[in-house]
Amino acid sequence: MMTLKVNGREHQVDAETDTPLLYVLRDDLKLNAAKFGCGLGQCGSCTVIVDGKAVLSCVTPMVLLEGKQVTTLEGLGTIAEPAPIQRAFMEEQAAQCGYCIPGMMMRAQALLQRNSKPTDEQIRAELEPHLCRCGTHMRILRAVHRAARLMDTAEASPAANRSAR
Amino acid sequence: MNAPVIIDRRRVLAGGGALIVSFSLGSALAQQPDAPAAAAPSPPGSLKTSPYLDAWIRIDANGVEVFTGKAELGQGFKTAFQQIAAEELDVAFESLKLTTADTRLTANEGYTAGSNSMKDSGTAIQNAAAQVRALLIAEAARRLDLPAESLQTADGAVIAPDGKRLSYSELVAGNMLHVQAQPTSKLKDPATFKVIGRPVPRVDIPAKVTGAAAYVQDMRLPGMGHARVVRPPSYGAQLSECDTSAVEKLPGVVKVIRDGNFLAVVAEKEFQSIKAMNALAAAAKWNETARLPKQDDLPNVLTSLPSQDTTIFERGNPAVGIQKTIEATYTRPYQAHGSIGPSCAVAHFVDGSMTVWTHTQGVYPDRQGIAEMLRIPPASVHLIHVEGSGCYGHNGADDAAADAALIARALPGRPVRVQWMREQEHAWEPFGPAMVTKLKASLDGSGKIADWNFDVWSNTHSMRPGGAGSMLAAQHMAQPFAVPAPKPLPLPEGGGDRNAIPFYNFPNARVVHHFISEMPLRISAMRALGAYHNVFSIESFMDELAIIAGADPVEFRLKHLDDRRGRDVIEKAAQAFGWKPDQKPPPDRGYGFAFARYKNLAAYCAIASEIEVNRETGRPRLVRAAAAVDSGQVVNPDGLINQIEGAIVQSMSWTLYESVTFDDTRITSIDWQTYPILRFNSVPESIEVHIIDRPGQPFLGSGETGQGPAAASIANAVANATGKRLRNLPLTRKRIKEAIDA
Repeated sequence: MMTLKVNGREHQVDAETDTPLLYVLRDDLKLNAAKFGCGLGQCGSCTVIVDGKAVLSCVTPMVLLEGKQVTTLEGLGTIAEPAPIQRAFMEEQAAQCGYCIPGMMMRAQALLQRNSKPTDEQIRAELEPHLCRCGTHMRILRAVHRAARLMDTAEASPAANRSAR
Repeated sequence: MNAPVIIDRRRVLAGGGALIVSFSLGSALAQQPDAPAAAAPSPPGSLKTSPYLDAWIRIDANGVEVFTGKAELGQGFKTAFQQIAAEELDVAFESLKLTTADTRLTANEGYTAGSNSMKDSGTAIQNAAAQVRALLIAEAARRLDLPAESLQTADGAVIAPDGKRLSYSELVAGNMLHVQAQPTSKLKDPATFKVIGRPVPRVDIPAKVTGAAAYVQDMRLPGMGHARVVRPPSYGAQLSECDTSAVEKLPGVVKVIRDGNFLAVVAEKEFQSIKAMNALAAAAKWNETARLPKQDDLPNVLTSLPSQDTTIFERGNPAVGIQKTIEATYTRPYQAHGSIGPSCAVAHFVDGSMTVWTHTQGVYPDRQGIAEMLRIPPASVHLIHVEGSGCYGHNGADDAAADAALIARALPGRPVRVQWMREQEHAWEPFGPAMVTKLKASLDGSGKIADWNFDVWSNTHSMRPGGAGSMLAAQHMAQPFAVPAPKPLPLPEGGGDRNAIPFYNFPNARVVHHFISEMPLRISAMRALGAYHNVFSIESFMDELAIIAGADPVEFRLKHLDDRRGRDVIEKAAQAFGWKPDQKPPPDRGYGFAFARYKNLAAYCAIASEIEVNRETGRPRLVRAAAAVDSGQVVNPDGLINQIEGAIVQSMSWTLYESVTFDDTRITSIDWQTYPILRFNSVPESIEVHIIDRPGQPFLGSGETGQGPAAASIANAVANATGKRLRNLPLTRKRIKEAIDA
């Protein structure tokens, strides 16, 4: 049994220590947002935030996560009360199939937490590990810019103040 | 109300006293597509094949539900269909429920493919909704003893002049109507549209951006086991030995399944199944055969294979004089759909009945294949579409569904989820076929094209199921099903010859389709089929001819095109881009233009692009693109823009980077390292999409219309930037560098 802190809650997880975080999130904790895309750390679909940093959960074994704080997209907000990054992706309609989007959002969230006013170049560089096959890139970039603005303004919902650790 | 309705039959739903409005199209149902002219016309869209209106619209005490036999693949049509139904029924958009492809609930609309969803299903829903509304008004008129013309509809109710409201649910529940629909419907005047034509936010996005369950990958049924398949290392490999005893003892392993060359393992937890899969793969010994062609020599290999040659178009005018003739050969490699989420399916076998949740594009044909594979009646197989990652054609979806069914049969009563690994998707998906085109054309004395010859060599572009033999699991079983003989897809839509016939007016033209039945690599439908390469070829060659004629590429195209809607998108894209006949791009940059009408019968699309080429490295970069699209009546403009933006970006990736690689035995492009696609450092600065709306015109679809024009526009811009014409896809940095240095 291992203790894993996800989205502010502690979970006792019965998984072998070499199990990648992705499978614990999806299989044990029944969370959907982190996606299996490659299992090789090549596409970014599985990205979550660990202690404030974007991490590829498909290649991060449980043994490295003792005592750390994991945040998934579910931890940022809900449909009824979306976080700024979620609102921004909804408002920009930044998805086609949407499969890669949660991973993109988590890395963007991590970026915006440490740099609230990133340049377009910084956003593109940050999202480099992420693949999107539908070609939604232009909208994804617009959504991250919008999220930066939303986080900066009072119009953001109360969930705005919730940050991922 | 114009459309006279004849009462025909009714059906009361058990429970809740609700009623399904049921219409029969009587004589129209019996019509064959080639029926004599005297016969009544058949109703539009998929009403032709599923004429009962309750296949599309059902109303009960809970409200209005809309049904489509098409599968949402990320195109966003769920939202568009809901808009159409809301508009024609006068029902609040938010109040509608929409159910997609399900063999027990929806019409059989075949595959969700060919940019046909709006044309087939959208048209059916529009007409069904209009006829249901007419029917409800007629019923209200009867009950209120008022003329139908005096009644209006709004927000799910019929409203009398005195303000009295009769809700649709009341009207349906309280009446026993027998109704036969007409082949034509009284549709609303587009000028009055309130929902159609608006950028309504997509209904599926909130769940997708908050981590709600949205994909088949997210399904968790009680007691569900996690399965992984061990695929052969190469096509045709035979499993010679496999000691499964050690694998069976691994933690969590429920069962190892071996059926001929089909090998799979089920475990309690997902990562346990992956570990067991790895152990099983290590234990399996395969006999492989070196049978793949030489990748470097692919164009010659293809044109040397036996082919069935058909002249698909011929036009002659010997009066035209010829001044100058040129020839060119264009090639396309095998390319991968490359879904970001590898294929997945969930299956559950209970009391001889198989249920499969799948992201297939065709629940009905897939059901037929699975039933044949399991040797049980199709009625015992239930397929339910659940979204997966975007597929862009026939990827591993159907194979994963068959895998799940075969594994679930071995574990009756227990739901099983099969998830393909990245390497499996890359190695085993049916690729977009490699193609070769040879073009030869002449200019007359006035710089116009005098004759045009176009030869295309291609496999079929659909090996989709219908039969079990199209599915890997059925091919690999101990008693295997043979891969069905490939067939060319019929024109006018075509397959390898899709868009091979020029849309321009040439006085002399000849187009030959060389259909190759031998398939060295596993192939099937990929977004736009042959149109991607044919439009790339035609539109590249148009530029080659324009250069010789000393003409501006846009003017040159307009000079050969009478079609007004085609001319409109060309002019719109050129204007939006800022295209000028005497334009000079900055150093190391180039401008390119291309146009096509998809399938020569669907949406019109023109794209102008600007490319930057690094002369030192050869690296190309799409700087910006401006597109114009005419897809008929627009239902959701933002959805249409999203499709075209995506098409440009995806086609750019195919065009600049992508080819499946292989040695003499195995596919070697098996992940994103070995099959690189575009990343954010290659994303353009801007993409503008301009819509030319055609109110009241038929829906033309949009999913595939951008692929070909984007490729050719980019290729023409590369030629403009470098002065060198590249005719072999992809236009890689290496090829561009070699062309610059040559």
